[in-house]
Amino acid sequence: MENSKTKIVLGVIGADCHAVGNKILNYAFTAAGCEVINLGVLVSQEEFVNAAIETNAKAILVASLYGHGEIDCRGLRDRCQEAGLGDILLYLGGNLVVGKADFTLVKKKFMDMGYDKVYAPGTLPDEVIDDLKNDLSKRGILM
Amino acid sequence: MKNVLLIDFGSTYTKITAVDVDREEILGTARGVTTVETDITEGLNQALKVLFSQTGKLAFDKVLGCSSAAGGLKMVAIGLVSELTAEAAKRAALGAGAKVLGVYCGELSEYEIAEIADLKADIILLAGGTDGGNKEVILHNAQMLATLHQDVPMVVAGNKSVAPQIVKILSTEMSEVEHTENVMPKLNELNILPARETIRNVFLKRIVQAKGLDKANKMVDRMVMPTPAAVLKAAELLSKGTDSEQGLGDIMVVDIGGATTDVYSIAKGNPTNATVYMHGLPEPFAKRTVEGDLGMRYSAVALLKASGAKMIADYAKASESAVNAYIEKVEGDIDYLPQTEEEAGIEIAMGKTCTRLSAERHAGYLETYSTPCGMTQVQTGKDLTEVKVVIGTGGVIINNAEPEAILQGIEFDSANPLTLKPKNPEYLIDSQYIMASMGLLSEEYPDAALRMMKKYIIRGNQSWT
Repeated sequence: MENSKTKIVLGVIGADCHAVGNKILNYAFTAAGCEVINLGVLVSQEEFVNAAIETNAKAILVASLYGHGEIDCRGLRDRCQEAGLGDILLYLGGNLVVGKADFTLVKKKFMDMGYDKVYAPGTLPDEVIDDLKNDLSKRGILM
Repeated sequence: MKNVLLIDFGSTYTKITAVDVDREEILGTARGVTTVETDITEGLNQALKVLFSQTGKLAFDKVLGCSSAAGGLKMVAIGLVSELTAEAAKRAALGAGAKVLGVYCGELSEYEIAEIADLKADIILLAGGTDGGNKEVILHNAQMLATLHQDVPMVVAGNKSVAPQIVKILSTEMSEVEHTENVMPKLNELNILPARETIRNVFLKRIVQAKGLDKANKMVDRMVMPTPAAVLKAAELLSKGTDSEQGLGDIMVVDIGGATTDVYSIAKGNPTNATVYMHGLPEPFAKRTVEGDLGMRYSAVALLKASGAKMIADYAKASESAVNAYIEKVEGDIDYLPQTEEEAGIEIAMGKTCTRLSAERHAGYLETYSTPCGMTQVQTGKDLTEVKVVIGTGGVIINNAEPEAILQGIEFDSANPLTLKPKNPEYLIDSQYIMASMGLLSEEYPDAALRMMKKYIIRGNQSWT
């Protein structure tokens, strides 16, 4: 049944209007059996959180492609906690910072902000889908 | 010849319109004082007497009524997130013609339950969660509402997965619990028509009787709906047309009263500029908003607070102190009518300000972001810039000597170009006050109702068909 599928919220955060990858991820996660609540581009933190509350989503997948990831993504975990979604899975990927930076450092920075997974540019959807399956099954949820 | 009598039981006056449906003519209109406290038929009979003195004695094949008497249909709307299901619930209630006394979101507390008990709503609309989404909060709220210890009719329009449980919980305390489709079955998908319909049915079944309107039943065949719902219906008909009669396309309607200002838009409101992104909740095609702080008498002081004296003074070409003095006067004496030219000017300026502020809140707006992909515009709400017809209805507008001046407040303001108000509208006046009646008539005779609106809602002195 449509409504028993695991729900995930997907969107491109901040003043970022890169729509192509968003459509690919929407397709890939739907094909993998999730119900994707796709918020599209130009999504604020508040909208991610509100969508997850109403739909009872198990994960929020945030993309940031335009290099302002650090400013836009900071504080999302706090907001989730504030809204009673405390331990919801937060995944993040894209071109998170401008220029050539060591990805291990970038990853650490965002993991410290409370994201459960942080992906480098060029990661394929399958890797993320596998991670999500694992993380959900650890919580007793089948995707 | 087929005569129909249409009755609007208002909070102050009972207004009646007699029409000949075959000839599509208004035979006459009249009004009496609404006597809901004693026997509602007294005021109606008084109005009929006035009517018959103009038309001679008439027999009616059908009598239909709408009502905003005894405070109108008072509702409380409850949802989960304030911008999502709570907003959807509020819009459903407004679309059903209700006066929304309060909107609540999240888990209700004991304090809020006490507040809701004090509001004495006629109907409570309970929403929350998308279908298959959050269940806990709506279940909690149902349990809290069961502690109201008031037998308030409930309409449940939340997460369908828990609808049976919600109904069961509420039915232990309330005798009328109706459930219907979710106001937001999927995120950002608005589905308010089923809730609107259910609210209307509960209104007919329960509220009409509770407000003593059922005494009119011996004279009225059918009490059809709350008055604002009738106006919304008429506006929708006039916009969309019928199979055999063309409508006018996108329209807006403004109704200013002593306490509130109602704005209706019948338009999709999609961006007129293809490069604009849409954001937020989708808008109902037929949308009604009500501003409780914008009105000519009871809300005159609130209006002044919302606009500042300068806006009114500038419109009236009067001094700010004159505006302040006039508003103080009408607040103290709500039956006061302008006595001098300056007062008449301030009265029009107040109306124009009501129109302006209510339209600004009703219409959508643009926000500009500078992004690495260039400047991007995002639209929230409806783009009404291409709406070509604006109709004024209700006593304040139609009884004013310069109704168009009041309506001009709706116009797009180049100083505030991000608010998407109509750019070049034409103004029409419902000078015989038939919109609510035609909404009623359209229940049975949509073609006749549409053609009569085209005939009687006019620009200046001429019909525009």
